[in-house]
Amino acid sequence: MSPRTPQPVQVEPCPDGPVLVRGADVVLDADGREHEVTRPVVALCTCGRTQREPWCDGTHKFVRD
Amino acid sequence: MRLPRPRGPLSALTATGLISGVGTSTDRFTSALDELPPSRDVLADDDFQLSLWMLYELHYRGFDDVDPELEWDPRVLACRRLLERRFEQELRFRTEAQVHKARKQAQTGRSGAPADVLAAELGWLIEHMEGPRLAPYLQREASREELLEFLAVRSVYHLKESDPQSFVLPRVGGGAKVALAELQYDEYGAGRAPRLHQTLYGDALEAAGLERTYGAYVEHAPGSTLASNNVMSLLCLHRRHRAAALGHLAAFEATSSAPCRKIAAGIERLGFSEVVAAYWREHVEADAVHEQLAIRDVCGRLVADEPALHEDVLFGAACCLYLDALAATHLLDGWQAGRRSPVGAGA
Repeated sequence: MSPRTPQPVQVEPCPDGPVLVRGADVVLDADGREHEVTRPVVALCTCGRTQREPWCDGTHKFVRD
Repeated sequence: MRLPRPRGPLSALTATGLISGVGTSTDRFTSALDELPPSRDVLADDDFQLSLWMLYELHYRGFDDVDPELEWDPRVLACRRLLERRFEQELRFRTEAQVHKARKQAQTGRSGAPADVLAAELGWLIEHMEGPRLAPYLQREASREELLEFLAVRSVYHLKESDPQSFVLPRVGGGAKVALAELQYDEYGAGRAPRLHQTLYGDALEAAGLERTYGAYVEHAPGSTLASNNVMSLLCLHRRHRAAALGHLAAFEATSSAPCRKIAAGIERLGFSEVVAAYWREHVEADAVHEQLAIRDVCGRLVADEPALHEDVLFGAACCLYLDALAATHLLDGWQAGRRSPVGAGA
C-alpha cells in the first residue's frame, strides 16, 4: 500500500438530479451548518425540495414536471 | 440455518436430495416439473420458488444439514438448471412487451449517447411498471401485525442485502466495475462493521421484537417474495446475465428512496423504536445516491463499453419491477382478505 495522498474532491452533476460528490469530509449547507460526509459518495440536493437537506432524497423525480 | 420445510413435491424432492447427499435424479425432477398444472404461475408458486431458493442458498450461507460439497454437485446443478429454464422463460414472457415498448419510445423520442438512451429507457420502465401502493399503505394504514409481517418477509433479502450483486464484480471490467464496487462498499458499511446494511436490518428486526437470525423467516415468505430473491441469484450467478443483474440493481435502487421514506413514517406512526425506522431512513439517503450510481455509472458505463448488452440491462430492470410488484400485490391482497400472519401475531 502506498501512503495515502490527498485526493481532490470530485463533483459530478446528474441531469435532472442531484450532484454527486466524492472525497469531501464536510458539506456546508445554505445556512453555513456543517454536515459530516459518512459515505464514499454523497448526492447533494439541487432541486431544493429534499426533506433531508443538504442530501438528495429522491424528491426531484416527483417535482420535475 | 437448516433446510426449510418443503411446500410441495418439488421442494420435497429437492430437500430429500440435499439431505441424503446424493441430489435428485433429473428424471424424477423433470416429471415433478411436468406435473405442475399449466395454469400455475411459477413466479408466485411456493413449491417451485422454495425449491429454487434452497438450491441457490448453497452458494451463499448453505444449510447446517446439507453437505457443502453439494454446491457444485452436477446432479444438484442439473435440477437447478431445469428450474432456472422455466423461471427465465416465464420472466421473458412477462417482461418482453414492456422492454420492447421502452426501447421503441426511446428510439423515437430521444437520441444521444448510449448511456443517456439507456437512462431514458430505464426511466420509462420504472414509470410504466410501477407496482401497487405498498409503501403508502404501510405509511398510513397498516396494522402493527401487517408491518411486522412485511419486515419479516423482507428479511429474506435484507439479511443478505447486496450479496448477490457481489458475484457480478469479477464479470465486468473498467468503469462499471469501479462504480459497482463503490456502491457495494457503501452497502457493506463503508469500512465500519456496525453500518453493514445487513446488520442494520438485523438491528431493526431485533428492535421490532423479531428474529435477526439469517433465514429465520424463509418459511413465512410467499412464493412471490422468494421469486424476487431468486431472480437476483439467477441473474448474478450466471455470467451471461451480468448486464441483466446490473439492470435489476438499477431498477431496485431507483425505486427505493421514496418508498423507504414512507415505510419509515409508517414505522414511526405505529410507535416502533427509532432503531426500526433507522434502517429505512438510511436507505432514503443511500439509495438516492445508489440510484444515480447504478443507472449512470454502473449500467451506463457497461453499455458504453459493451453496446450488445443494452437490451439485457432492460430485461433485468423489467424483471425487478415485475417481481417486486407481484410480491407487493400478494402481501396487500392477503391483508385485504383479512389473512393473519403467524409472524405478526407471535411478536
